[in-house]
Amino acid sequence: MPGTFTPSAYLPILIFLVVATAFGIGALLIGELFRLKRPYPEKLMPYESGNEPVGEPRIRFSVRFYIIAMLFVVFDVEAVFLYPWAVVFDRVGFFAFIEMIIFIIILLVGYVYAWKKEAFVWD
Amino acid sequence: MSAFLGAFLPPFIVQLVIILLKIAVVIAIGLLHVAYATYWERKVIGHMQVRLGPREVGPFGLLQPIADGVKLFFKEDIIPANADKPLFYLSPVIFFIAAISSLSVIPFFESFVIADINIGLLFLFAMSSLGAYGIVLSGWSSNSKYAFLGGLRSASQVISYEISMGLSLVGVMLMAGSLNLSDIVRAQHQYPTGMFAVPQFIGFFVFVVSAFAETNRLPFDLPEAESELVAGYFTEYSGFRFALFFLGEYTGMIIMSSISSICFLGGWTIPRFVTDLLPFLNYVPGILWFLLKVYCFMFFFYWVRATLPRYRYDQLMAIGWKLLIPLSLLNIVITAIVKIWFRGMA
Repeated sequence: MPGTFTPSAYLPILIFLVVATAFGIGALLIGELFRLKRPYPEKLMPYESGNEPVGEPRIRFSVRFYIIAMLFVVFDVEAVFLYPWAVVFDRVGFFAFIEMIIFIIILLVGYVYAWKKEAFVWD
Repeated sequence: MSAFLGAFLPPFIVQLVIILLKIAVVIAIGLLHVAYATYWERKVIGHMQVRLGPREVGPFGLLQPIADGVKLFFKEDIIPANADKPLFYLSPVIFFIAAISSLSVIPFFESFVIADINIGLLFLFAMSSLGAYGIVLSGWSSNSKYAFLGGLRSASQVISYEISMGLSLVGVMLMAGSLNLSDIVRAQHQYPTGMFAVPQFIGFFVFVVSAFAETNRLPFDLPEAESELVAGYFTEYSGFRFALFFLGEYTGMIIMSSISSICFLGGWTIPRFVTDLLPFLNYVPGILWFLLKVYCFMFFFYWVRATLPRYRYDQLMAIGWKLLIPLSLLNIVITAIVKIWFRGMA
């Protein structure tokens, strides 16, 4: 019946996340009590191999990182679509096979286009 | 034990106590493995480079990881003056949580898993993507050039190789017909070769290469290439925050080794043709097989680190996008065709 699903199998994961968070933050907080604290301005400078920092650290960076991020979204969604298909493949059979070949071919067109546009070239 | 506790506690509390105990055992043993993975790595690489590795602290240097941990715990926690404080504080914790919570769905041996969910593999992918948040946020919030560039590089590297890793495991899902990690191991035990690494050798190859890139290990350790970026995204971190990054990274390696052991090498089982030949191997507990496979894979991580030089960034991107993604798609199509073929014959 829809609407009554209780994800009880996921409860241990929730507890695990709570324990892991408690471990990480707890160790940092307890360490705070024992740690040495002797800051001075030179120590708190950003590290730049011993020189005085030059200019802004958050520089403009290559647009290629954005292209990679966009392509990632496309292909990762594709991968996620393939998972349920792979799981039910035995039950659905030949029809699912043809359907997925068509899906992969459509994606390949976009992939070839991105390749020809030199989206994967890095210089 | 549940019967003993059930005598004087309500069932819900009993369940909770058992879950907490399991989690405590898994985290404790996991972190012990992480600590000794660093020791073992230094020993292995030392001997490969004709050095001795750590040997001063304790017999054979065995107490070195403990000494390192204690030292990092008491070290000063330097927060750079220009850093984004809340993000800088939190990002190592995010990285650590994302890495270690993957342990909650790993089946260590038959019916020992903290959360036996039906989408275990998907959960592992989700957690490895969340780790990228810790990297990006630490790179951004440090307000330092090295950290910024390291974070940027690492983020695009991790997302690029996540695609090929995700696709390389579709072949395994096709053969097992499930995303549940225990089901995948059982399906392998039913399979004639006992390991999916044999029929899925293309997928295994793609997975291994992607695993190295996902964990930022050599030969793909560009985000923290010490000769160009000092330490990459955690350049500005010190003390226990640095230790959290370190723990997260080594936990990530152990998780990758576990996934490859479960999805390709048969997890806690050994192939049946082996047990048919040597029946006494049936009495070896499954956890030992699982650990043996994980250790072999970890050794492989170290071996590659000692052997291969680092790739350039353009080569890294070319391998990921132009070689591994087409290969893994090819693997999916071939696996599907073979499955259809064999069913047509049957």
